[in-house]
Amino acid sequence: MTKPYRLLALVPAVAILGAPWFANRVEPRILGMPFLLGWIVFWVLMTSVVMAIIGVLDNRVP
Amino acid sequence: MISLGILSATLLLALLLSMRGAQRTGEPTSLEQWSVGNRGFGTVLVFMLLAGEIYTTFTFLGGSGWAYGRGAPAFYIIGYGAVAYIMSYWLLPAIWKRGTAWKVLSQSEYFTHAYGSPTLGKLVAVVSIAALMPYLVLQFKGLGIIVSESSYGAISANTAIWIGTTATVVYVVLSGVKGSAMTATLKDAMVLLCVVGLGIVLPYKLHGGIGAMFTRIAAEYPGFLTLPSSGMSPSWFASTVLLTVLGFYMWPHTFGSVFTARDASVFRRNAALMPLYQLILLFVFFIGFAALLSVPGLKGTDVDLALLRVTRDAFGPWIVGLVGAAGLLTALVPGSLILMSIATTLARILRPPREGQPADSATRARMLVPLLAGIALFFTFRGGSTLVTLLLMGYSMVTQLFPALLASLVPQARITAAGAIAGIVVGEAAVAVTTLSGVSMASLLRSWPHSITDINAGFLALVLNVIMMISISVAFPQRTNGTHRVVD
Repeated sequence: MTKPYRLLALVPAVAILGAPWFANRVEPRILGMPFLLGWIVFWVLMTSVVMAIIGVLDNRVP
Repeated sequence: MISLGILSATLLLALLLSMRGAQRTGEPTSLEQWSVGNRGFGTVLVFMLLAGEIYTTFTFLGGSGWAYGRGAPAFYIIGYGAVAYIMSYWLLPAIWKRGTAWKVLSQSEYFTHAYGSPTLGKLVAVVSIAALMPYLVLQFKGLGIIVSESSYGAISANTAIWIGTTATVVYVVLSGVKGSAMTATLKDAMVLLCVVGLGIVLPYKLHGGIGAMFTRIAAEYPGFLTLPSSGMSPSWFASTVLLTVLGFYMWPHTFGSVFTARDASVFRRNAALMPLYQLILLFVFFIGFAALLSVPGLKGTDVDLALLRVTRDAFGPWIVGLVGAAGLLTALVPGSLILMSIATTLARILRPPREGQPADSATRARMLVPLLAGIALFFTFRGGSTLVTLLLMGYSMVTQLFPALLASLVPQARITAAGAIAGIVVGEAAVAVTTLSGVSMASLLRSWPHSITDINAGFLALVLNVIMMISISVAFPQRTNGTHRVVD
């Protein structure tokens, strides 16, 4: 693996696919939302962040 | 009839925009220009095209309908997109690079070139057309619901479907891909406004806030906001997300729009942008949950009405008209892209293009559009499934193309055309059997634990597909590695 930072992309993917095992609860609530929904929303946001980071690094490292 | 006036005005505006789009680029003369816009689109246009295809009536009505009817299982819809965008970062540039080098326009041609097999290309075309039909039916059905609900029943759903279909056909024949991108902009603006607006205002206006709304749902419908331990259980959730992720870009219209990009970096930027767009679904869910408390009692396919019913319940005709207009565009834009994609695919199978006659097949593709719309209408009037069911059926079908696509990107895998064909045929057969007979893993394996039997049946088909593809390729290896296989 020449670009190990790309492994970061696995984190949100696993968090979303595994959501029902990590987070299948109503409490604690996140901004009023049930925990399961809040968890998924959080990781969707993180997907964007992670992919932006990978994009920037890929541009920098030829 | 204020709401009806707004709807008609929106439809006219969309048609005008499509004509302006066509004028600006000049009359498209080649199929390439009509369907992939001469491969010159930057991040913004490709983003809008991809969004235009992905955010459809399904998002608008189906998403809120599922939140209303099923609760937590609907959350899968918000999850799969993000995972698919992660995959897109690597998958789409790879497809784009090969497809552009081969100058292909469609998914079927891509497969033909990748495996050097026109038979495989035709099979892929047949599969994609078969999978797109339920997707097109879904758009038309949604159109009917939207217009009849937001006209307060003045226009029947059937009349609305006829008008909507005619408009879609006119729109497609006039515009081609540039027109779609223009209207997609209008659509996105209106959907954003309506969905985010309603998703915030409805919970506050009707139930005293988002937190208060969920507290009431948790009290009145225990277990509704988490996944159940059987049926739509955790393993159903994960397998359905994974299956839809693999199928996400296998739709021929999504695959085809990959070729509209100017260069591969467009997709890398979109991989970071698109997940944000996905959050619109959150507000769609809020609307569905608000409807559950305000207009309870919709059952079966009627859950798709939840969004418009709660809007009618809470607001006057102006707002209902605006929401209806946004809904109209969510059916029109993807509907037109799907129609165009089927027409392009079919035109090329019927008569493979020859050098020097590009205008001919563009005309042919346009002529097929009304015919195809007619077939979809036939199925729309026969129907009887909710929007989500239709979508999942199409997804199970297109996902069967994924193993062969992946193998085409990895020449070392040495998957042969015969292997790919055998895998796809077996996979589709398994999908057909499970869909038509209603057999699920739970009914086949009664004594097995739920964590296994709740796995989406499409997954079983995918496994059979891969086993078949590999064993045929190993049993009958090709001597030469083919000239078509490798680009880089």
